[in-house]
Formats: sequence, C-alpha cells, structure tokens
Amino acid sequence: MFETILHDVSVILPEISLATIATLVLLSGLFIKRHQQRWTTYFAMGGLVFALLLEVLQEQIRQVAFNGLFIEDTFSILIKALIVSAALIVLAVSRRNLELDEINHFEYPVLVLFATLGMMVMVSANDLMTVFLGLELQSLSLYVMVAINRDKIQASEAAMKYFVLGALATGIFLYGCSLIYGFAGTTNFEALARAMRSPEAMSIGAVIGFTFILVGLAFKISVVPFHMWTPDVYEGSPTAVTTFLATVPKLSGFALIMRVLAQPFQELFPYWQGVLMVLAIATMLLGAFAALNQTKVKRILAYSSIGHVGYALIGIVANGEDGLRASLIYIMIYLVMTLGAFACLMRVARQRSAYENVHDLAGLAQTSPGLAFVFSFLLFSLAGIPPLAGFLGKLYVFQSAINAGLYMLAILGVLSSVVAAAYYLKLIKVMVMDSPVEGMQDTPARQDPLMSLVLGGTVISLTLFFIRPEFVIDLASAAAISLTQGLS
Amino acid sequence: MTEFPILSTLTFLPLLGAIFIAIIQGEDDTRMRNARMVALWTSIITFALSIYMWLQFDPAKLAFQFVEKRVWVPQFNLTYHMGVDGLSMLFVVLTAFLTPICILASWTSIKKRIREYMVAFLVLESLLIGMFCALDIILFYVFFEAVLIPMVLIIGIWGGERRIYSCYKFFLYTLLGSVLMLVAMLTTIYETGSSDIMAIANYSFDIGLQKWLWLGFFIAFAVKVPMWPVHTWLPDAHVEAPTAGSVILAGVLLKMGGYGFVRLILPFFPEATIFFSPLVVALSLIAIVYTSLVALSQEDMKKLIAYSSIAHMGFVTLGIVTLTPQGVSGAMIQMISHGLVSAALFLAVGVIYDRFHTREIAFFGGLVKKMPKYAVFTMLFILASIGVPGTSGFVGEFAVIMGTFTYNTWVATVAASAMVLGAAYSLWLYRRVVFGSLKNTKLSEATDLNLRELGVFTAIAATVMWMGIYPKPFLQVINPAVNHLLLSQQNRIVSLPESTVNKDLLAMGSK
Repeated sequence: MFETILHDVSVILPEISLATIATLVLLSGLFIKRHQQRWTTYFAMGGLVFALLLEVLQEQIRQVAFNGLFIEDTFSILIKALIVSAALIVLAVSRRNLELDEINHFEYPVLVLFATLGMMVMVSANDLMTVFLGLELQSLSLYVMVAINRDKIQASEAAMKYFVLGALATGIFLYGCSLIYGFAGTTNFEALARAMRSPEAMSIGAVIGFTFILVGLAFKISVVPFHMWTPDVYEGSPTAVTTFLATVPKLSGFALIMRVLAQPFQELFPYWQGVLMVLAIATMLLGAFAALNQTKVKRILAYSSIGHVGYALIGIVANGEDGLRASLIYIMIYLVMTLGAFACLMRVARQRSAYENVHDLAGLAQTSPGLAFVFSFLLFSLAGIPPLAGFLGKLYVFQSAINAGLYMLAILGVLSSVVAAAYYLKLIKVMVMDSPVEGMQDTPARQDPLMSLVLGGTVISLTLFFIRPEFVIDLASAAAISLTQGLS
Repeated sequence: MTEFPILSTLTFLPLLGAIFIAIIQGEDDTRMRNARMVALWTSIITFALSIYMWLQFDPAKLAFQFVEKRVWVPQFNLTYHMGVDGLSMLFVVLTAFLTPICILASWTSIKKRIREYMVAFLVLESLLIGMFCALDIILFYVFFEAVLIPMVLIIGIWGGERRIYSCYKFFLYTLLGSVLMLVAMLTTIYETGSSDIMAIANYSFDIGLQKWLWLGFFIAFAVKVPMWPVHTWLPDAHVEAPTAGSVILAGVLLKMGGYGFVRLILPFFPEATIFFSPLVVALSLIAIVYTSLVALSQEDMKKLIAYSSIAHMGFVTLGIVTLTPQGVSGAMIQMISHGLVSAALFLAVGVIYDRFHTREIAFFGGLVKKMPKYAVFTMLFILASIGVPGTSGFVGEFAVIMGTFTYNTWVATVAASAMVLGAAYSLWLYRRVVFGSLKNTKLSEATDLNLRELGVFTAIAATVMWMGIYPKPFLQVINPAVNHLLLSQQNRIVSLPESTVNKDLLAMGSK
C-alpha cells in the first residue's frame, strides 16, 4: 500500500512540486512590494527550472499511477519538458513588456505556472477525467491571463470571447466524454482501447461521443472551423500573453490529440482519418488566405499559427509512427519559431511607440539590423523556405503524407504554403525593404540579456537543427514509438 | 588531392566571407570599404579555386568527381552528397566567374546598405555553387529554393521603382513552381527508397507515375528557365533588379532550370521525356518566335534583353529534348554562352544607366562618338548574342539546330529562321543606341569606359571569343558526359518491358 503511494507520488513529482511552487509564488506575491515584483517572476522561473529537472530525470519507461489515471512515458516526458521550457522562455522574455504595459501583476507568473501545471496533467492523462481536469486548469488560467490587462477594453472583450467559446467547447468535450462512458462503460484509455476493439462497441453513440471530444480538442488548438476566437484573442491580449497562447497550449493540445487518437481511439481510425484530413486542409488554406489582407501583425501571426496547426495535423492524419514523428518534429520547430517571432515583436514593442500595425515595423532593418535579421530569419523559416528549419518540418510532414498515399493532402499543403509565403514576405518587405516612417523614432531600449539570449538561441538552435537534425528526430522517434506501442 | 573537399570549400567559402562581412565592426566608411574588399577577394579566391578544379577535372572519367558524401539525416536517408561531372562543372566555374564581375559592377553604383548587398551576393554565390554540386535531390532542392532568399532581397532592396511588385512576383511565381517539384521529389524518394541522384537514375519508374513526376519537375524548371507561357516574371524581375542582380539572374539563375532538365529530368524519366518532347518542342518554338517578336517592340533596353534571354533559353530547352548528342551538348554550350553574353549585355546597359539613369532606348543615339570603346565591346556582345561565327553564341546555337535537324526538319527550319529575328532586334537596338547622330544634348557629357568597366568587359569578351574560336576545352568536358547520359538513357528504355514504351516515340527519340 505504502509502496504504491510512494511510486505514484514519484511519478507525479514534477506536477506536485510545480503546484507547490505555484502556491508559494502566489503567497509570496502578496508580501512583495510592487516595485519588487520581478522577484516573483524569478521565483516562478526557478520553479519551472526545478520542475524541468525533475521531469527530465524521470525514467524513460511507461509508468502508470493512481489506478490508471495518470501516465508517464517517453512521449509525455518529452512534451512536458518542452512545455516547461517554453513557459520558462515566455516568462523570461515577457517581464519587461509587462512592466511597459503596467500590467506586471504578480498574478501573471502564478497563472503561467498554473496553466503549465494544467498542461502537464493533460499530457500525462490516461483517463478522460484526468484530461478534463488538466484541460480546465489550463483553460481557466488562460482566460484570466487574457484578461490581465483589465483596463483595456479589447483585452476584456477578447477574454469574454475566449471564455464563452472555450466554455462551450469544454461543454461539448464533456458531453462527448459522457457519451463515450455511456457506450463503452469506461473512461480509462487502456480499457477504452480494448472496448473499441470489440465490434459491438463501435456503435454510433461512441462515434458521436468521440467526434464531440475531437471538436472540443480542435477548439483548443484552433483547427478550422473552430478557430474563430483565435485572431481576436491573439490581438486583444497583451503580447506577452499572446506569446504564451500561441505556443505552449498548442503543444499540450497536440500532445493530447495525438495520445487520444493513437491510444484509446486508434480503432476508430477509418472514421477519423477522413474528418481530420478535411480539417487539416481547411486549416491550412484558411491560415494561408485569411492572413493575406490583415494589417495587424498579431493577427497575421494568429492566422499563421492556424496554418501551422494544419501542417502539423498532416502527420497525425498520415498516422503511424512515421506520421506522429513528423508531427512532433513539426510542432517542436513551430514552437521555437513562434516563440522567437513573438519575442522579436516584444523587442520591437520596447523600442517603438507603436508596433501593432504591419507598417509600424517599417525600416526596422535600418534602425536595428540585428533584430530585423532575427525576425526575417524566423519569418522565412515560418514560410518554410530552405535552408531554414521550418522547411525541414514541412518536408517531414509532407513525406509522411506521401508515404501514406495522401497525395492530395501534400499537394494542397505545398500550395497553401506558397500562399502563406506571401504574407510572411509582406512582413519581411516592410521591415527590410521599406524606409522608416517619419517621426517613428526608435528609443534605445534597456539591455535585456535574457531577451538577447532567447533571440540568439532560437536562431542558433534552428540553424543547428538544420545542419544536424538527427538528435531532434531521435527524440521525436522515441516519443512516437512510446505512443504507438504504449498499449500493446 | 582527393582528400581535399574542394566542392564544399567552393560552396562555403563565399558564405564564410558573407559572415565575416556581417560581423566586422567599425566606422561606417571603413566598414563599407572593408565589405567591398572582402567580397571581391572572397569571390576572386573562389574563382581561382574553381579554375583549379577545372584543371584537376578529368573529362575522360564519366563518374562524378571530387565526390564528398556525408550522412545528413540518417533517419530519412538524406545525405550531404556533392560531386561534379561534365554537366555541372562548367556551371560552377561560370558562377564563380560572374560573381566577382557582379561585385565589381556594383562597386560605385550601389550607394546604400553596401554591406548587406555584398552579403547577399556572396550568399547567393554559395547557394548557386552548392546547387550545381548537389547529388542528393533534397539537398539540390534546398539550394535551388534557398536562392530565392538572397535574390528577392537584391531585387527588393536595391531595385528600381516597382521593385516590390517585381520581387513579390519573382518570389511567389518561382516558389509556386518549385513546391510541386518537392511533392514529386518526395514521391520519387518514396518510390525508389533513395534520394541519391545516381540511385534514382538507375530506377525504372512505372510509365504512368513517370508522367506525373515528370510534370512536377517540369513545372519547376520551366518557370526557372523560363519557358513560355510562364516567363512573365522575368522581364519584371530584370527591369527592376540592379545591374548586378540582372547579371546573376540572367547569367546563372536561368541556367538552374536548364541544368535541372539535364541533371534530373532526362536521367530520371526517360520515357516520359520522349512522351512529352513534342510539348516542350512546341513551347520552345513559341518562346523563340514569340518572345523575339516581343523583344522587337520593347522600348526599355533591359526588357528587350530580358525577352531575348527567353528566346535564347528556348534554344536550350529545344536542344535538350531533341535527345541527340549535338542537341544536348549544344544546349549546354548555349547555356554557358548565354550566361556570359546576357551578363555582358546587362552590364552594358548598366554602364549607360549609371551615367544617364535611364534605360529608354529613345533617349540614346550616337553613343559611338562619345564612347568608342563601349561601342566596340557592345558590338561584340550583340554579335555573340545573335550567334555570329567566331563567338560563343554560334557554337551553341549551331549545334542545337543540328541536333534539331535530326529530330525534325520542320522544327529546325522554324528555329533557324527565328534566329533572323534575333539578329533583327539585336542589331536594331544597337543601331538606335550606339549609331545615328548625337541628338540628345545630355549625351554630350558621356564618358567612355573607366578602367574597372574595361577590365570586366575584357574578361567576358575574351571568354566569349575563346569559346567561339576554340571551344574544344569546353566541349571536351561536356561531350563525354552528354554522350554518357544519352547512352544510359537509351539503354534503360530498351531494357524495359515492351508494353511500356511507345515504339514510334522511341524510334523518334533515339534517331
């Protein structure tokens, strides 16, 4: 008895420690004076580093805890390590911008920690109930983060929109869970996988329930047609929050979808492949075309993130180890590129009076060449032009689609990437080819070693990834294998 | 000497120079001077190294030479595989030859953001050389596509008034062409299990699939060449690009398409090439005749030369799909010759553009009185462009026509008569700009070529004459490789099961 508890606790130790630290940060925030608020951020960052260490030290074998509610395997370790690192990076780059916008409340790092915790639980869920627990913790934290700039009307509007639509999606998800439970008699993933293997379980009710679950999750990663909230929320939130929204929850959402599709519902593959394919195509095309006429940088990046979700879905549609690996690689590259791009935007925000509109970036290459270089590098990479890492990501997902015989998907994918290239080029054009607007002076921003480290780090890591991709591919392979073979 | 990675050095030396330029610090003035000098010397050393490679190159060997092979992505079986043979070696030299010329051509005419400019050119050189050496199709694609980045910046930052429109058009047009090739490449890899050019060349594709793959590759290269009707990006790009940008665009970038034909399409898809050859012949003939006519009516010098480029590249595609030794070698020579001649013509336009800031033909007239040296050199390049014997243009076009003649006499007749059109627009251009009376008073202050321009022109003129009078060193490299390519292609078709090959087409192609 005692041993079981000890084992279970050791499996969930990273989450427990993060929860503890988050609570401590919350408490300490109450006692730290406002002008000393940066210490809560540092404290939270320390907590994330600690959780990261605990996470990577977990054994790389499949461990189930709490009567099958919670799982830790190679896949979850990789994803959780990425989530925690991304949250760490977001905290590192966003502090100055929060100060600038005068929203440097101590709640922000606390909310980041709780959202991260929720995502970790999601990724390690081995039961629909655990999924719901994690999903809600994540979502509720995110709603509040979007609204953190409570004096700004757009932020409140965005939060309201996000909350209402998010609650609806959660409701649909929960309804799906209950249908599944009604028809399969269980919510545990392994039991579900067994139940789905028997022909009588493949009832219409289970399929509908599963579809609802898929819709709920599709909302969270903004798959078309469940993407409506994304541009408004991205635009309305403070840039620091947008950075978080565009990167970390995508990772957890994808991880969850991958696990759900590869483990409990693998048997329903013939049902979901076609549906997901249509969703992927719609997502890629919308992400490409809708951004063409946008004038706000954050909206463009929002549609860009929608488009990238579509590409990452290709690997899932292709299914199998190959496809999952391709998707994982894609998401990892996406994570680094998007973090970098938003970090660039935040850097611009510190030195220019305006940065929301595309033309506010005019002439950046002349006023701060280094920043413009990094930004253009990341945009070309997002567009998927070789020799940048984004190209390799696209290459692998298209390869997995072709290996699975999904030629139409690959062809529509490459064509939409050309359309998307047009708006990335537009941003690059404004930065590099246009002259600075009169009266738009750059004020020298304060040195921020963390920011420089992140910007330099994204460029270097993307370059290294292109030259020596095998390390990342090995990680993704191991994770994909642990996912597909987890149940057998 | 086999140990020294000469191709990687050639490829990455310019990149190293670019990085060096990007990081040197100092006063603006010294930085500018340093950027120019570093760029010039890097490109000159690269050129010297490429000449050394040519001397070391053994034309008798049919296999790839200076081969380097390293694992790149083990999980996907991609390799960093470099090597040159008779088909690619001269393009490497051509690229290395034109880059220092480009840098010299922009010595004074580029006034803003010189460091970035030099970086862009060196990166471009690096990618172009890499593309000509790549022996892995994904590596090839990486270089092929990456060329867009520096080129789009060159047009977009240092271009003329409508540069933004042109750079968008150039970027999206060529990107759209090449992404479909990516899908075809991935299918090829899936089918053959390898991304190695030599391994794929030994694989026999099913004829149905072959046709689809052929189309995928063809679209990419047809846009790059460019063939009619996907040529419309070229005049815009040329008109707006700075002089050196036009030089490298016409000199090397267009050759990527033709090179892709002989390097990938011919060996990979022999049956499909025969099947589609009437299509390519028709498009080439239209390109030759139609764009020559369009060139006649141009009022902008650069646009005229851009259209003439399309016509000349029409000869290249025509020669390639005749699948005769003369035709293909002629196409190769024509590509190199056109690389030099069109580069020189764009430089010639650049010289007078630097002085008068216009390219309108009507503005000029009687330049020979003020710029005799300029007139002589331009005459030579115009004649080479027409294909007058004794210049490089003759060797290429003559061989192409010869090859076409064995393919189909009617096609040869049309192509040969279209050469008259070439003579018409070129000589008429020359007459209007250089001869006649000095009507425009602004022209009276014209100064003749300075030492830098003289040096650049002499270098190109000497090569053009050399190729025209004594083409043996070039043919010696190209011919064995072309014969080998065509022979192995025919062997593969013959060894296929009977049912998959259309007999008539086969007979036509191998004549």
